[in-house]
Amino acid sequence: MTRTQFEERLFGVLRWVTIAFLAVITILPFYYMLLLSVKPIDSLLLDPGSLWVSGKDFTLDTYRTVLKSSADGGQGFLRMMFNSALVSLGTVVLTLAASVPGAYAISRLRFFGGRQVSALFLAVYLFPSTLLAVPLFVMFAKLGLSGNLAGLAIVYVAQTVPVAIYMLKNYFITIPVSIEEAAALDGASRWQTVRRVVLPLAMPSLMATGLYVFMIAWNEFLFALLFLAADPDKWTVSLGLQQLSNGIEVPKTVLMAGSVVLTIPIIVLFYAAERLLTEGLTSGADKS
Amino acid sequence: MSAQPGAKKRRQLTTAQRENRAGLAFVTPTLVVVLVVVIIPILWTILLAFQHAKLVDIQGMGVFGNWSLHNFTQVFTSPGFWPSLFTTLAYTVGGTAGSVLLGLIAALALRKPFRGRGLLRSSMLLPYVAPVVAVAFVWQVALSPQYGIVNQWGGKLFGWDNPIAFLSTRDYQVDLFGFHFGLPLALLTVIAFETWRYFPFAFLFLLARLQAVPDGLEEAARVDGATPTQRFRYILLPQLMPVIALLSVLRFILTFNKFDDVYLLTGGGSGTDVVAVRVYDFLTANFDVGAAAAQALVLAVVLMVLLGIYFKFFAKKVQEEA
Repeated sequence: MTRTQFEERLFGVLRWVTIAFLAVITILPFYYMLLLSVKPIDSLLLDPGSLWVSGKDFTLDTYRTVLKSSADGGQGFLRMMFNSALVSLGTVVLTLAASVPGAYAISRLRFFGGRQVSALFLAVYLFPSTLLAVPLFVMFAKLGLSGNLAGLAIVYVAQTVPVAIYMLKNYFITIPVSIEEAAALDGASRWQTVRRVVLPLAMPSLMATGLYVFMIAWNEFLFALLFLAADPDKWTVSLGLQQLSNGIEVPKTVLMAGSVVLTIPIIVLFYAAERLLTEGLTSGADKS
Repeated sequence: MSAQPGAKKRRQLTTAQRENRAGLAFVTPTLVVVLVVVIIPILWTILLAFQHAKLVDIQGMGVFGNWSLHNFTQVFTSPGFWPSLFTTLAYTVGGTAGSVLLGLIAALALRKPFRGRGLLRSSMLLPYVAPVVAVAFVWQVALSPQYGIVNQWGGKLFGWDNPIAFLSTRDYQVDLFGFHFGLPLALLTVIAFETWRYFPFAFLFLLARLQAVPDGLEEAARVDGATPTQRFRYILLPQLMPVIALLSVLRFILTFNKFDDVYLLTGGGSGTDVVAVRVYDFLTANFDVGAAAAQALVLAVVLMVLLGIYFKFFAKKVQEEA
């Protein structure tokens, strides 16, 4: 057997081993989460290694506990999901409003200081959020905005604007200039051109960016912990789940049900828009 | 700029001037937002780091005044500062290398189409898009010594005598082939978590780049008798190198500042006390804002120095090799 034949056979086998391994490490943890969430805690403690739940054990009580409002003796996750949705949607709107004009300008227009601004936007991406946490914490305490969901959305804008600018910029570059020139010839002003021609064309990118921003805001934990911890009515799902885990008597199965509740909206969104999202993220990757 | 001193009648602007105006008009809102929510807070951190500031004092405090280096002496002399910096570095290097390497392996394995590739590809992004709180708990439960599935199966398949407490063992004693040594198990576990959570990101970018490599290149190498490893080494790797370098730098920066993963998994205990978690502790333990700011600033400066070294000595080389 020549070296080429040997290697081709070896890698042919290794490839399938790798694929199986990757499938196991990415899918199994989520299956495990789902499995534990529909088990009574006793059956978990009795047989921790089991990868199945028997029909008679199957229960949805965990979900009832997690979703019921705290007035009814539950954990109030429905209310938290509402809070999370509010903050995330607010973040998406604010971020897009803040990043679309700038991304358009640095991708398309030549203006005084344009290169510096472009470099600044990139540099902002690299600023550590720990540096932001301290002053924002102080600022919010000073303004009395702690425990305020709108305030939290503004903080999230700081986290998402750099990514949004990056994703939008990469897309705007790919729109042919000639289309805009045609609109300008027809007498459209720059702003009209952007609104009527560029933005409709950039819809896929706007969607992808918006989705990504939504995910970041929905998943965020540090700032929610810093700003909302004292006020249970305002908790987001991430924060609520973490606080729930601090309770001693809370069974792990209830914790897993909470995790499923937190994860499902993201997974649904992700599968619905996966192509859009991955293309939005990686556009420009093959040129770098 | 585009103002025309002395010209009373509005003159027709040149295209370049109009573009300049439009550019400035378009970029201003974004710039203002970035200044307000990012740049100014960061400048404020720097000021706070040099002030003796507890949260309760802040109300009456001016922005300037009472300068001191007290916070920095406190940070540098506090027990555990240097070990935690070292832990951060180990965590960052491990997490970055792990996620980029696994991402590369995954991209190579999924490069050629097969049935179900699309589904697997999207499923592989799950660790990256799922909320960190949820996945951290899944790991906690799965790794638990009492009811965790990993220890159960480990006992069954590999014959572990005792359940292993992955997330709370600072120093795990191993006997292997007569050698006796200790492993920083909790740290390795959070590195594994980081690798697992972020390899999809590297995978996504590397796969996109791989699919843009022209077929002709590899075909030619194959005709010349190059083996798969040689084709990887001399054709694919040089093509991928810029993306790998970019991903490494990005992951390094983001991991270096990572807070939530470690905080949620171990709370910073058992030898996983990374600096970001210490910042949080300073901030919330007794609301010592000044010390927290100083600690965050030290972290940022260390990062900048490391990046500076990278760009000075290595970035050019990577570009040239590519």
